Amino acid sequence: MNTLTFKIPIAALLCSLASLSVSALGGDMKDTGSVGTSENRIEIKDFSFNPQTITVKSGETITWINRDEEPHTVVSVEKQFKKSSALDTDQQFTITAGAPGTYTYFCSVHPKMTGTIVVEK
Amino acid sequence: MNDHNYIQHNDNPDGIDRRGFLKCMAWAGTGVLWTVSGGVLASKTLAEIAKAGSLLPKATDLSFLQISDSHIGFSKEANKDVTGTFKIALDRINAMPAPPSFLIHTGDITQLSKPEEFDTFDQVLKSCRTKDIFYVPGEHDVLNDGGKLYRERYLKNVEGQGSGWYSFNKNGVHFVGLVNVLDLQAGGLGQLGDEQLEWLEADVKGLGGDTPIVVFAHIPLWTVYPQWGWGTSDSERALGFLKRFGSVTVLNGHIHQVLQKVEGNVTFHTAMSTAFPQPAPGTAPSPGPMNVPAEKLRGLLGLTSVKYKQGNAALAVVDSTLS
Repeated sequence: MNTLTFKIPIAALLCSLASLSVSALGGDMKDTGSVGTSENRIEIKDFSFNPQTITVKSGETITWINRDEEPHTVVSVEKQFKKSSALDTDQQFTITAGAPGTYTYFCSVHPKMTGTIVVEK
Repeated sequence: MNDHNYIQHNDNPDGIDRRGFLKCMAWAGTGVLWTVSGGVLASKTLAEIAKAGSLLPKATDLSFLQISDSHIGFSKEANKDVTGTFKIALDRINAMPAPPSFLIHTGDITQLSKPEEFDTFDQVLKSCRTKDIFYVPGEHDVLNDGGKLYRERYLKNVEGQGSGWYSFNKNGVHFVGLVNVLDLQAGGLGQLGDEQLEWLEADVKGLGGDTPIVVFAHIPLWTVYPQWGWGTSDSERALGFLKRFGSVTVLNGHIHQVLQKVEGNVTFHTAMSTAFPQPAPGTAPSPGPMNVPAEKLRGLLGLTSVKYKQGNAALAVVDSTLS
């Protein structure tokens, strides 16, 4: 737990330097700029999204953080939300969940990497 | 590192079993390795070639060099000085008594497609005696702009089509540079796409079957290890257009290690990186950069020399490490 609480401020700092993009699922844009709760956090590690499927409530934020030494992206398969720029090590990307539904995404650099977001009401 | 048991399963219905596949492959984990299709060739590091000029082909023959995966901008543990190792590779090329006719760079010039990374690459490259260089992009060169910056900088001397593919002729050899790192589909591998495939079919249509063909692209055009995305989903269609040719050499990068496979008249070959090694297929949790002791690094980096001797069907492909 100490490790986690230590990492978040660093990640937030790196993120602000890298001009964090915030976009919203389902067109419900909320420019929160905040870091997601630990429950809505997706770690990119060893070329996979963890967890691969995440269930969130509409209006909550989802944050990806890249823990690999390789750049990755987060891109909606159906172009339902704005894609991230290439995330270098420890950079992150946050979106706000919009309309309920199932959203699939992948890394456009390594398309074998896929994930799913389930948004509940 | 176990260099014998890393292919756990035969995933390809290509009629080649695991033993046959391994026989066709060489992995550079133990130092200088080379493989030649259809002939015998002595192993030479570039340093040795520099000392033994008489063994070089005559001027009428064609020789060129492949460099790959320089990843300028990478600064992690696997290699904190990728610019330095890239310079060493260029020094080796400059030390050759007869410079190669030209270079081919098979992509991942940069780590993050940043203008300053391309600037550094271009600056360092000025020291290279060989000025004629042909490029294809890696996924690291087209990260945020679909390859716009890459195309502006590296396709000045060719007639790039579509997202940047092209062909040219040298000494009677037909070269084709393909792009398989753009518009990738979720869950898929590298991809050429219909437009490029149609162009390729038309491009080789008028050539005689005895024309040696060299195809180069970043991601392997054969299925090396699909679990890690090391393959190109529609490469079979491309190879179909090349079936009638007596000599086809396919040069790729991306996987930062030497692998070779010979299938009929087609020799597939991947080059080492000048930046950092990656693990052999399936030997690590992911294909990310492989950390090795500092003294071993240069033995896992390198470049590839390719020679065409007129009258010989197969091109000689020789890998040299930077150690």
